[in-house]
Amino acid sequence: MPDADAKGEASDEAPQVGKDGMDRRRFLKMAGIGAGAVAILAIGSKFLADRIVPASADPRLRGSTSNSWVMMIDLSKCDGCGACTRACDAAHYVPSGQSWIQVYTVQDATGGTYHLPRPCFHCRNAPCVKVCPVGATYVDPDGTVLVDQTRCIGCRYCMAACPYNARFFNWTTPSYPPAALAHTYSPEEPWPTTKGVVMKCVFCAHHAREGTLPECVTGCPMGAIYFGNENEDAVTNGMGETLPFRKTLQTQGGFRWKEELGTDPRVYYLPARR
Amino acid sequence: MPQSDLERLTAPVRRTTWRFYAVVAPLAAIVALGAYAYYVQFTTGLGVTGMRDYVSWGLYISNFVFFIGVSHAGTLISAILRVSGAEWRKPITRMAESITVIAISVGALFPIIDLGHPDRILNLLFYGRIQSAVLWDFISIATYLTGSLLYLYLPLIPDLAAMREAKVGGRFRRALYGFLSMKWRDHPGQRWRLKRGIAIMAVLIIPIAVSVHTVVSWIFGMTLRVGWHSTIFGPYFVVGAILSGIATIILAMAVFRKVYHLEKWIKPLHFRNLGLMMLALDLILVYFTLSEYLTAAYGSESADTAWLNALAFGPYAYLFWGMVVGGLLAPVFILALTRVKSVAWLVVAAVCVNVGMWFERLLIVVPAMATPQMPVNWASYSPTWVEWSITAGAIAGFVLLYAVFSKLFPLVSVWEVSEETPEAKPTPRPVGEEVTP
Ligand code: SF4
Ligand code: SF4
Repeated sequence: MPDADAKGEASDEAPQVGKDGMDRRRFLKMAGIGAGAVAILAIGSKFLADRIVPASADPRLRGSTSNSWVMMIDLSKCDGCGACTRACDAAHYVPSGQSWIQVYTVQDATGGTYHLPRPCFHCRNAPCVKVCPVGATYVDPDGTVLVDQTRCIGCRYCMAACPYNARFFNWTTPSYPPAALAHTYSPEEPWPTTKGVVMKCVFCAHHAREGTLPECVTGCPMGAIYFGNENEDAVTNGMGETLPFRKTLQTQGGFRWKEELGTDPRVYYLPARR
Repeated sequence: MPQSDLERLTAPVRRTTWRFYAVVAPLAAIVALGAYAYYVQFTTGLGVTGMRDYVSWGLYISNFVFFIGVSHAGTLISAILRVSGAEWRKPITRMAESITVIAISVGALFPIIDLGHPDRILNLLFYGRIQSAVLWDFISIATYLTGSLLYLYLPLIPDLAAMREAKVGGRFRRALYGFLSMKWRDHPGQRWRLKRGIAIMAVLIIPIAVSVHTVVSWIFGMTLRVGWHSTIFGPYFVVGAILSGIATIILAMAVFRKVYHLEKWIKPLHFRNLGLMMLALDLILVYFTLSEYLTAAYGSESADTAWLNALAFGPYAYLFWGMVVGGLLAPVFILALTRVKSVAWLVVAAVCVNVGMWFERLLIVVPAMATPQMPVNWASYSPTWVEWSITAGAIAGFVLLYAVFSKLFPLVSVWEVSEETPEAKPTPRPVGEEVTP
């Protein structure tokens, strides 16, 4: 193109076009400088952010690959009392209006009903992780799906994407007791948080690494919820009863909620009647 | 360039009567109300809206889709017609292109208004993940806005220079025209380069515009939700966008022609051609709507059926049938029965189309979110005064920006319409139609 341009200019009145060409060059130069400045600013801030928060201290990188947490809920034991929800709410200062583990009443094909506790399923192929534009929703090395509420921009795309309604939004500033306000926030123990961010079940990731069970597991008076490490192939409930994970699923007709979606949940169910 | 054209087309820029302020003042008041509502929302949280954990997107996201749709006006009219060499487009391109820029600017605000933490918007730059459709939107809309601004600006340059030479306006406007016209002296070389620039932008802007509404639709299409997870969404959104864009141009043309006495340039031919385009796109949209809903209805997947029932017979029935009958079918009949000859009926059809398209955007966003995904009842959603005020503020803001634009720049491209005379080709007419100007 420059060739054609030069010719076009040559055939015009010389002084005018000369000025004109300079203008264009100046414009391009200014545009170039502007674009460069924005790029340098963006890269520079990223660099600085990485320095200020070194990767070793990054709370997002806690955990290890030798852990792979799974949950198994025996629906035949669940009587729908809601103790798991209450235990979770109390331990995590869950803002009112949210239930990180929610107990649904389900009609089955025979006309009977059963109860279905639903924590976050910590999908291995999690739609919420895929859609988050800023990586605020992420998977930690243990396989737990967590939300970094200090990065979340509150777009709620993850809520639209989660097929299980496992996510909640701080529509207003949550009210916290003094103990919660004194706590140091981390994605695993997300309190206190602000308005305008997304919250959900954290699989009690911090407990699990220390060898204790999640709040809902210990809170269930029926011993219906089991939790464990998939790599050890064992799950334990709040009564201290330990079951072989894979064998139990195979022999007792284990299933997952909306398996057909391909989200590959870490939460398994044993049927209500068998 | 004939002085009379320039004089008459810049008349709105030269003279402003009390009537203009009588229109602008209430619009500004509505915008102020919207701004106040946003202030309330910003300080209290999104809890002041009707959105909750089940229906977590509502009016804002619908408005976003709607306005970005309207923005397709300029692209279609000016770019497609420019590329295909349709000479009759010249008097209306400027109006169309300015709709594009204003509609994108207003529309792009809505995802930001919808954010829980708008102060963290730069996280999109620092931590942006290209896997997320939100980022696709961010990139394509930013590109589209830049491209459309350029595409509006380039054909403005000769007019700005003419206004600079004619010393139009007070000190501020003269400085503005002097700065923006960038030493334009109307030399053949400059003209040649300008035309090349416009031609390149015209070709570039078409795929950009198509991509914009496609990725907007993919925000929904990429999820696993009933009612959203559909392959037709890309083209469905694009056609709907162009349709509402044309309807908006028709309205703008009708209003400005009347208010600024542009009858010499905006002729029945323009209304008729745009009316025919609107008719064609409306029919395509009827076809897409049928494909979309019939496919879901014919099978018997229980979630699909429940969603369709809610649309057709449930709480959304008024909106749904309003959209289908009032927004899609009624305009077809109006246009067909009047044989696209009456400007008044064309305006009625355009209003129907735009209201119908707004319904349609709402019907895409809300019912799919209200559909139970877990064993619960249907969720409900009713927008609050905050959402309505912000929506009204945005519509008023759109009109206001357009009114201000009409006071700063000529609404008809003076140099392009002057170029036609006297040696220009005769204006092509629609086949088999005698049009008297
Ligand atoms: S259940 Fe929902 S929130 Fe939890 S990991 Fe799966 S998609 Fe994400
Ligand atoms: S709401 Fe927060 S966590 Fe969810 S997708 Fe948006 S930024 Fe990510």
